[in-house]
Amino acid sequence: MTATRAPRRFNRNAVIAIYRFEVHRALRTLIQSLVTPVITTSLYFIVFGSAIGSRMHSVSGVPYGAFIVPGLIMLALFTESIANASFGIFYPKFTGAIFELLSAPVSPLEIVLGYVGAAASKSIALGLIILATSALFVPLHIMHPAAMIALLLLTATTFSMFGFIIGIWAQGWEQIQLIPALIMTPLTFLGGAFYSIDMLPPAWRTFSLFNPVVYLISAFRWSFYETHDVGIGVSLAFTVGFLAICAGVVAWIFRTGYRLKN
Amino acid sequence: MNDVQAAISIRGVGKRYASGHSALRDVNLEIRKGEIFALLGPNGAGKTTLINIVCGIVTATEGRVFADGHDVARDYRAARSMIGLVPQELATDNFESVWDTVSFSRGLFGRAPCPRHIESVLADLSLTDKRNSRILTLSGGMKRRVMIAKALAHEPRILFLDEPTAGVDVELRRDMWALVRRLRDRGVTIILTTHYIEEAEEMADRIGVIDRGSLILVEDKVTLIEKLGKKQLIMQLCRPLPEPPPGLDDWGLELRAGGTELVFTYGNRPNIDLSALVRRLGELSIEFSDMRTHQSSLEEIFVGLVSRRT
Repeated sequence: MTATRAPRRFNRNAVIAIYRFEVHRALRTLIQSLVTPVITTSLYFIVFGSAIGSRMHSVSGVPYGAFIVPGLIMLALFTESIANASFGIFYPKFTGAIFELLSAPVSPLEIVLGYVGAAASKSIALGLIILATSALFVPLHIMHPAAMIALLLLTATTFSMFGFIIGIWAQGWEQIQLIPALIMTPLTFLGGAFYSIDMLPPAWRTFSLFNPVVYLISAFRWSFYETHDVGIGVSLAFTVGFLAICAGVVAWIFRTGYRLKN
Repeated sequence: MNDVQAAISIRGVGKRYASGHSALRDVNLEIRKGEIFALLGPNGAGKTTLINIVCGIVTATEGRVFADGHDVARDYRAARSMIGLVPQELATDNFESVWDTVSFSRGLFGRAPCPRHIESVLADLSLTDKRNSRILTLSGGMKRRVMIAKALAHEPRILFLDEPTAGVDVELRRDMWALVRRLRDRGVTIILTTHYIEEAEEMADRIGVIDRGSLILVEDKVTLIEKLGKKQLIMQLCRPLPEPPPGLDDWGLELRAGGTELVFTYGNRPNIDLSALVRRLGELSIEFSDMRTHQSSLEEIFVGLVSRRT
């Protein structure tokens, strides 16, 4: 048996191991990981795009079917980022296999890179698949493809980080579902995924500005059609700010060992 | 013993949980490189807590721990790289294959992929033909082997085995003992906790006994048995006696089994002349049909140590 060598500054092999392990699980459960969200999104197109879209020609100058595409991608991105990352870290906690992660020579940054990176990759892949699927239903035109990709990356990373926090916080399967079901889904549906907040009465429009999802969808829609509910700068500042808060919470979790270590 | 010589050095370690429960108190222990050290103790004594502190799973309230001279808290990368842990629970992703889960463990501990090493570990544990099986489909004993394979995947120099043979059949237990000996022969330091005293007696070089959070004894196994063990000469009498014969008061004999056994307990006293006792029995016309000696097992010593404290 050869002498054990410690990873010096950065445990690259651990990040790759976690990343591959997580991606492998998604491939193993391909139907629920990719096919299910694609079917769900297609149903949204049928219900909202065809049924409602046939009675509503355009919103902010964009055909309704095409208008809802960025919102649908964001909806899938939020949901899947949170679900993937929360499950990724909660499952070893649930089975007890977390002991291995805690006893390994890995830093918090490496753990986050592995789990959040894998969760974000999976949801980005899903977002792109939904984008391709939507192209089958409506004509698509992306005005700022680089910004679209950057926003996709930023949002997936931010919400995967948020999901990672939920996974550590959760002490049971029902808690894993709690925040996505009670908070994220309503915020997403009320966040302008299927409409422009300019269509709302003034009071509700003002109320909507307190919904963080409005900023994300608005920025993403801007990258497609240059139409937006709020300024792109404000949207970016909000997303980066939320990412910073999530990073701060994760740092605190690892410093204190909250719900990870006794 | 200094840090360079010790595989594991535990200094003044204590653990108090938020509930106020004190799981460990001022534990000091040095584990030598290349030895098999058995940590014994009743349920809830603090064995697993101590192992978890060394491995970084639980944070000590006080004290420091070094693995081959590396502080497990401050220099955790170096310390943890050389430690492998087989926990009590069979905790792993049941849906993964044996090969994938063992390879994952190697990567997690910072080692580059090495299929040859993984193959060798699986072969050592008779898991080669199960390499592509999902863990879910394996028996409890096979799962236990997988847990050991995962712990060995990164070629650790120090291996913790927390109740490694709990719930496994005799054959597998013997296989594991053989594996542990092979690892020791390759220079791996092994620390095991077990409820099977027979296991510690069979394998350990040194024994530590922990009870209610305190390490109450650390001793070389042979010395421990010699020091704390009792030696007895038991004579099966031809005719039962109502009471110990008055002529043998100096020997401190006792009668057992309804007066049919005469027992002389002589511990580890040097220069005992047992032939003198036999001659004296002859002089008193006390006949016996059989004679045997008994030495305390480690189990008897352990039970005696722990029960003395309750």
